[in-house]
Amino acid sequence: MTSVSKLLRRSETAVLAILIVVMIVIGVINPAFWQADNLFNLLRANVVIGIMALSVLTVMISGGIDVSFPAFAVAAMYLTVIAMNAMGYQGVVLPFIGATVIGLLCGLANAFFIHTFRMIPLIVTLGSASVVRGLLLGLVGTSIINIDRMPPSLIAFGSSTVEIGGSKLSLMIFIYLGIALLMWLFLTRTMAGRAIFAYGDDAESAKRVGFNTRRTVYLVYGLAGALAGFAGLLHASMIWLANPRDFVGYELDVIAAVVLGGASIFGGRGSVFGTILGVFMLTLIKNSLIIMRIDNTWQGVVVGCVIVIATALTAWRDRKALV
Amino acid sequence: MAEPLIELRAVTKRFPGMKALDGVDFQIFPAEIVCLAGENGSGKSTLIKIVSGVYDFDEGDLLIDGKPVADLGPRDAIAAGIQVIYQDFSLFPSLTVAENLALNRLLSEGKTFVDPKRRRQLGAEALARLDVAIDLDATVGTLSTADRQIVAIARALMSETRLLIMDEPTTALTGREVDRLFSIVREIQAKGIAVLFVSHKMREMLEISERITVFRNGRKVEEGPTGEFNEARITRAMTGHDIGHERHVWTGDDSEEPRLSVRGLSVGDTVRGVDLDLHRGEIVGLSGLLGSGRTELAMALFGMEPHSGDIRLDGTPLSLESVQDAVAAGIAYVPEDRLSEGLFMRQPIARNVIASAIGRATRGPFLDHERLNALAEQTVSDMRIATPDIEKHAGQLSGGNPQRVVIGRWLLTHPKVLILNGPTVGVDVGSKAEIHRRIRELAASTGLAVLMISDDVPELIQNCNRILLMHRGEIVDRLDTRSVEEDDIHGRLKGLR
Repeated sequence: MTSVSKLLRRSETAVLAILIVVMIVIGVINPAFWQADNLFNLLRANVVIGIMALSVLTVMISGGIDVSFPAFAVAAMYLTVIAMNAMGYQGVVLPFIGATVIGLLCGLANAFFIHTFRMIPLIVTLGSASVVRGLLLGLVGTSIINIDRMPPSLIAFGSSTVEIGGSKLSLMIFIYLGIALLMWLFLTRTMAGRAIFAYGDDAESAKRVGFNTRRTVYLVYGLAGALAGFAGLLHASMIWLANPRDFVGYELDVIAAVVLGGASIFGGRGSVFGTILGVFMLTLIKNSLIIMRIDNTWQGVVVGCVIVIATALTAWRDRKALV
Repeated sequence: MAEPLIELRAVTKRFPGMKALDGVDFQIFPAEIVCLAGENGSGKSTLIKIVSGVYDFDEGDLLIDGKPVADLGPRDAIAAGIQVIYQDFSLFPSLTVAENLALNRLLSEGKTFVDPKRRRQLGAEALARLDVAIDLDATVGTLSTADRQIVAIARALMSETRLLIMDEPTTALTGREVDRLFSIVREIQAKGIAVLFVSHKMREMLEISERITVFRNGRKVEEGPTGEFNEARITRAMTGHDIGHERHVWTGDDSEEPRLSVRGLSVGDTVRGVDLDLHRGEIVGLSGLLGSGRTELAMALFGMEPHSGDIRLDGTPLSLESVQDAVAAGIAYVPEDRLSEGLFMRQPIARNVIASAIGRATRGPFLDHERLNALAEQTVSDMRIATPDIEKHAGQLSGGNPQRVVIGRWLLTHPKVLILNGPTVGVDVGSKAEIHRRIRELAASTGLAVLMISDDVPELIQNCNRILLMHRGEIVDRLDTRSVEEDDIHGRLKGLR
């Protein structure tokens, strides 16, 4: 009985319930929604935003915020593709490792400033995003690498599918779920993961208990950068295109998804499962808006409203819990 | 007698410009409950920090189990079995009870992975050791203060603890919770663990401890078995003189129209239909247990809580929907937690002082800085705020000075009603007497009506002509200070459960 009531009180349960209601409503309005093709497409749209959301989730649990991941993702993507073209390299594993490492290094730079100078994460990541984007466009180039110049190995990888009942499901969804599983294990079953929760909950107490808070900060932002870098290259592989001006406006979508998934903007709270649900909810909303032929500009309004309402709800919940 | 667990010999600790501890000898034996008493700034916190390895000291010796220890660090202290429970408990509110309990152990084992079953088992063991039932899966943030404290104690006892130090452990507890804490402390003692209490609540010290050590101005002034002490003796030792003879005498007339008249004031469920009159020059005390609704009552009078009921000032009905309304009407409020609620820590003292009176020094649409500075200087000297410079940040003030800044600020607005919430919590004796004297003077000379909310019974008796006791949102007792003794009030407060 108590475990049932506990389950009901969890924010994931609420998100899941809302999600089911929304899906039923959409299904009634547009029965085509339930077709496998549409659902698989929807899942495919979760992959890149989802991996980025896991990156932001980690940062938010630690009590910070990260708006630099789109810039790191684009830098990792573009640099890797350019390097592959320059070397004529055809492969998959090594480029993804490269992109991940580029993201990791950018993230560690964030951590350096945040920890060493005790700076506010928002300011640091705003700054580093601007610097990275500027350097990329200024030093590396501004031209879009189209499908004709994209490495075929990446295109082949990004378009690999499995056929289920006559519809094709992108294999990338399994990469996303695999990363999510690893992140869940990391956050809930390792001391380093628990250190992130403790640090986000009360940094001073975490220090007193004996956590190495410096290591935690580096881990959080390094991991966030690495995931962003990986997601960046995956994105290019899936859309067969590397645009150095890509991912503009992703900050809002991804943070909205994480907040929707129940993570606390004050740190200490958030879950991988909730984030997956939040991402699904967000892509569902955007997808439905497209199906309803609602203009792009209005989508921004909707996402903005979603983030404000979801943040207000979690902030209200957290404040109530504190009283 | 056995060898002391910890012994300090002639320990001196200097801070720039002062001696925090001055040649102190102190011992604590295994399985002993000792109370460390003293006003703020008397050196008791410094002593805790030395024993727990946070501070180094300048002279003297520290011995553990009879062996001199040079350079004790925090980790060494923990390794020697010394655990401190700070007032904020250092718990993680978003994590579960089990995890809060198990974290230390898991960390010290240096494991990479966490086994949830083991974590839960460690938590269960820790609670079982204290024989208490708290839901292991509840997040700590949802627990009551008392339960959080028990979690903190259980966590401290997870390692091989030989001395448990508790800093002001009863501050936020109700009477029954204090009893529960004390029975836990006695159980801890039965396991052979020494407990060092730091407190300034005399009744509790007398109830729980076996030995009392009193500090004043960095020196140990008295020490002995608890049986040799009573409240008066502790007070005298802590303050260096007998206090409580001066009292506030109110010479006004009951039949006059009250300055502030409150009828049927309710704030949600927390304040229920309170009637209250404050006459010119009166200082009325308001006490009651935590959660009695006294703070909500004050907040309502200051326009910070939505409320219903009739409030009149000098006969004029007031509608107090915001702080601005209250200030405009002439009501001032000095909150309990001045550091977080009342002061702009990173702003100069001068700006802090004039913050509420800023509209009174303008030249056309602009501020008259000369006049503002003059007002600030005047207040700083009137309130005897100890600072070399009014441009220093308020965050740098210590002792009773932050209180004086906030009180001084409100006095600049020439209030008709002054509400003080815990006016001297955490203030040293000298400052306390000074603040009290100033408030009594103001009431007597300007007709200011004061509502003084406090837990400090001697403070109330000394300063108030009437004392009201609140319980569960209602005023349950109205006492005339002339005909009431301290013990009587303590008794009544204890009866309110």
